Amino acid sequence: MSATASNNRFPALPWILLGLGIVCLAIGSYVGLFVAPPEALMGQVQRIMYVHVPTAWNALLAMTFAFVSALVFLFSSDWKWDARMEAAIEVGVVLAFLLCCQGSIWAKPTWGVWWDWDPRLTTTAVLLFAFLGILALRKFVEDPARRAIWSAVATIIAYADVPIVYYSVRWWNSLHQLQSSPATVSRQFWLPLRMNAFGILFLMTAFIMLRARVGSLRLKHELAPPPNAAEVTA
Amino acid sequence: MAIFVFGAAALLLFSFAVGPDAEALRKFSAGFLWLGLLLSSTLTLAESFHAEMENRAMEGLLLLPASPRALYYGKAIANWLQLMFLGVALVPVMVVLYDAGTTRILSLILVIALGAAGLSAPGTLYAAMTAQVRSKQTLLPLLLFPLIVPALLASVKATSLIILGDPMNQGKSWLVLLFAFDAIYWSLCGLLFHKVVEE
Repeated sequence: MSATASNNRFPALPWILLGLGIVCLAIGSYVGLFVAPPEALMGQVQRIMYVHVPTAWNALLAMTFAFVSALVFLFSSDWKWDARMEAAIEVGVVLAFLLCCQGSIWAKPTWGVWWDWDPRLTTTAVLLFAFLGILALRKFVEDPARRAIWSAVATIIAYADVPIVYYSVRWWNSLHQLQSSPATVSRQFWLPLRMNAFGILFLMTAFIMLRARVGSLRLKHELAPPPNAAEVTA
Repeated sequence: MAIFVFGAAALLLFSFAVGPDAEALRKFSAGFLWLGLLLSSTLTLAESFHAEMENRAMEGLLLLPASPRALYYGKAIANWLQLMFLGVALVPVMVVLYDAGTTRILSLILVIALGAAGLSAPGTLYAAMTAQVRSKQTLLPLLLFPLIVPALLASVKATSLIILGDPMNQGKSWLVLLFAFDAIYWSLCGLLFHKVVEE
């Protein structure tokens, strides 16, 4: 049973990442709030971009990691991937929720509405609810083997929905700004954006590692009493 | 039959939510039809593995020399037909209540068939999971509703274009989207089903 082995190889790593993340976020936010000039059209409101865009990248990254973990778990039946998937889904849900909140705060003064049925907004909301559903599924199933397999299947199915939701809503309605690339973003905006992106990336990785460690410990406890129940015959 | 009455009652209630504005009711009729069908589908889907849960009949089924994939497609096709008949049966109710008639009956049936297929493919897979869990009535819609957003969107759009007229000829692209959704989920859920039922 290798449920906890690999997560404890570098016990200090998540804490280092956590510290690095906080430092990056502090520098990025300082530059973003006080050093970078306000944007010409949107003014001060635009500064929320320095957390909004990195949150969006990392939310998608966390959910992609959950999808990859689900695939690996289904093929390998290795318990540590179940713990990683659970951690990634939880962190992804938190980031997606933050993303919707930040988007609303930005949209009200800019578009004049809290919410708009734009493809990226709607896709994020759909993803948020889909992954919340998977967390609810995990809560309702006591048997760890079933819980792991079912939530992995549900994660794969929900993740496959992302491009379909995106394109269907894009046909339906669109207002969101087009994606920026480094070429369309000036250097003064670029630095705090990258700093915050790495800051949130480090924090996210640290949280996923710590949460996966908790998940592994719980699994070890759940699987412990009958010693040969640890083998999943999927 | 009971499900049909449930769906018809839902359609009746939607009209109270909007008020007696004939123009608005006609405009939203496609949305109401599909929401009615979606709400009813959670009832039919949740029941689809009911018999298998008694006396551990599911284990007996899996012991038969047939692949779990055959079991999945059997269940999914049964759910699909049931939802399709329900959808077609709800159309007259919609026509009467919302004055939303159309002469393009065949295209409407095609949209209902494709939309019902989109609901039943992931619905059957999730029903197989939630049938074995406590509080399945909450869990099935919680998992299913976010997933079928594109199918619902495309079905409502296509239906509404049939009822209200389609001057720009957009209906076809929504049908293509619906068909793509069906193709993806009928194959993906069939691939994953054996993981859900085998232990």
